[in-house]
Amino acid sequence: MSKWVINENLCKGCGICIERCPMKILAFAEHLTPKGVHPSSMTDESKCTSCAICAKSCPDVAIQIYKEEK
Amino acid sequence: MKQVFGKTKVLSANPTHYCPGCDHGIVHRLIAETLEELEVADKAIGIAPVGCSVFAYDYFNIDFNQAAHGRAPAVATGIKRTRPDSIVFTYQGDGDLAAIGTAEIIHAANRGENITVVFINNGIYGMTGGQMAPTTLVGMKTQTSPYGRDAATMGSPIRVSEIIATLESPAYVTRVTVNTIANQMKAKKAIKNAFTLQKEKKGFSFVEVVCICPTNWGKKPTDAHKWLAENMLPVFPLGTFKDIHGIEKA
Ligand SMILES: Cc1ncc(C[n+]2csc(CCOP(=O)(O)OP(=O)(O)O)c2C)c(N)n1
Ligand code: SF4
Ligand code: SF4
Ligand code: SF4
Ligand SMILES: [Mg+2]
Repeated sequence: MSKWVINENLCKGCGICIERCPMKILAFAEHLTPKGVHPSSMTDESKCTSCAICAKSCPDVAIQIYKEEK
Repeated sequence: MKQVFGKTKVLSANPTHYCPGCDHGIVHRLIAETLEELEVADKAIGIAPVGCSVFAYDYFNIDFNQAAHGRAPAVATGIKRTRPDSIVFTYQGDGDLAAIGTAEIIHAANRGENITVVFINNGIYGMTGGQMAPTTLVGMKTQTSPYGRDAATMGSPIRVSEIIATLESPAYVTRVTVNTIANQMKAKKAIKNAFTLQKEKKGFSFVEVVCICPTNWGKKPTDAHKWLAENMLPVFPLGTFKDIHGIEKA
C-alpha cells in the first residue's frame, strides 16, 4: 500500500502541493484527467516522510497520507 | 499503514467549483475539522453568503442555509435565537460582509449574538469577475478600478476586524491567514477558539482570514500566496484584537 494516495478526480492541478513538498518528490503527471488537468503525482515514494504538508496544502483535499507502522 | 491525513467526514465528497488553488477550500476544511473535533457537527448550522462560497452548503455534511447578499448575520441571529443549542456560523466574503452587508455584521457584533463569523478577505469580488471591494488595496487594479484604487476618490481598505474590536460586546476578534502551513495551523487554532467560545455560550466570535483569489488577482496560486504576504499583510496585520475571555491563553 502507498504512503501517498491521490484522488485524481479532485485534483485541479494548482501545483501548491508540488511547490511545498520539502522532499521535492511531487510533479505534474504526463496524463490528463477527465477534467483536463495534469494531476499531481509521486515521483519517488521511498523519499516520502508522510509529513502531510502536501495534503494539508491541497484546497481540494485530494491527497491522503499513510505512514508505516513501527 | 496508518492514515495520518484524510478528509474529515464533515466535508462532503462533492468536488468544489472553486478555481484551482483557491483558499476557500482550505478554510472549509479547517471549519469542518473543528466541528468534528468539538463534536458539534450534528448541531451545526452554517449560513452561506452570496459570493464564490454561495454553494458552501454542498461541501459540508451539516445543516446549511443561504442568505441574501450580506444578510447572513441577520439570518444567523434568527436561527441562533430560536435554536440556542445549535452551533451557528456565517461564512462570508468581503463583498458580502464589508460592502452590502456592513449594517448586518456591525449590529450582530454589537448585540453580541452568540454566533461565529468566518470572514474571507481576498480583497476583491471574486464571483462576479473581480470588481473592487472595500478591502481592495490602494493601487490595486480591478475591473472597477482599472487604473488602480485611488484613495482620494475611492477610499482606503476597510479593516473590519479593527472596527468590530472597538465594540463592547464581541468576545473574540482575530485576523489570520492560510498562505503557509504554519499560518494555516494558527488559523485552525483561531477557528477552534471561536467555535469553543460559542459552544460555551460566551458570545460573538469573529475570525477574518486573509485569502487569495488567484483568478481575479491574475496570479498563479503559488505566486498569489507570496503576493499576499508582501502586500496584503502590511495593510491587514495578523493578530488578535479582542479576547475578553482570554481563550488564547487558556
Ligand atoms: C443584492 C445583490 N447585489 C449584488 C449581487 C452581485 N454579487 C454577487 S457576488 C458579489 C460579490 C462577492 O464578493 P465577495 O463577497 O468578496 O466573495 P468572493 O466571491 O470574493 O468569495 C456581488 C456584488 C447580488 N448577487 N445580489
Ligand atoms: S507527505 Fe511530505 S514528503 Fe510525502 S509527498 Fe507529501 S509533502 Fe512530500
Ligand atoms: S494541491 Fe491538490 S489540487 Fe493542487 S495540484 Fe496538489 S493535489 Fe492537485
Ligand atoms: S474567483 Fe477567486 S475567490 Fe472565487 S473561486 Fe475563483 S479564486 Fe476563489
Ligand atoms: Mg471577496
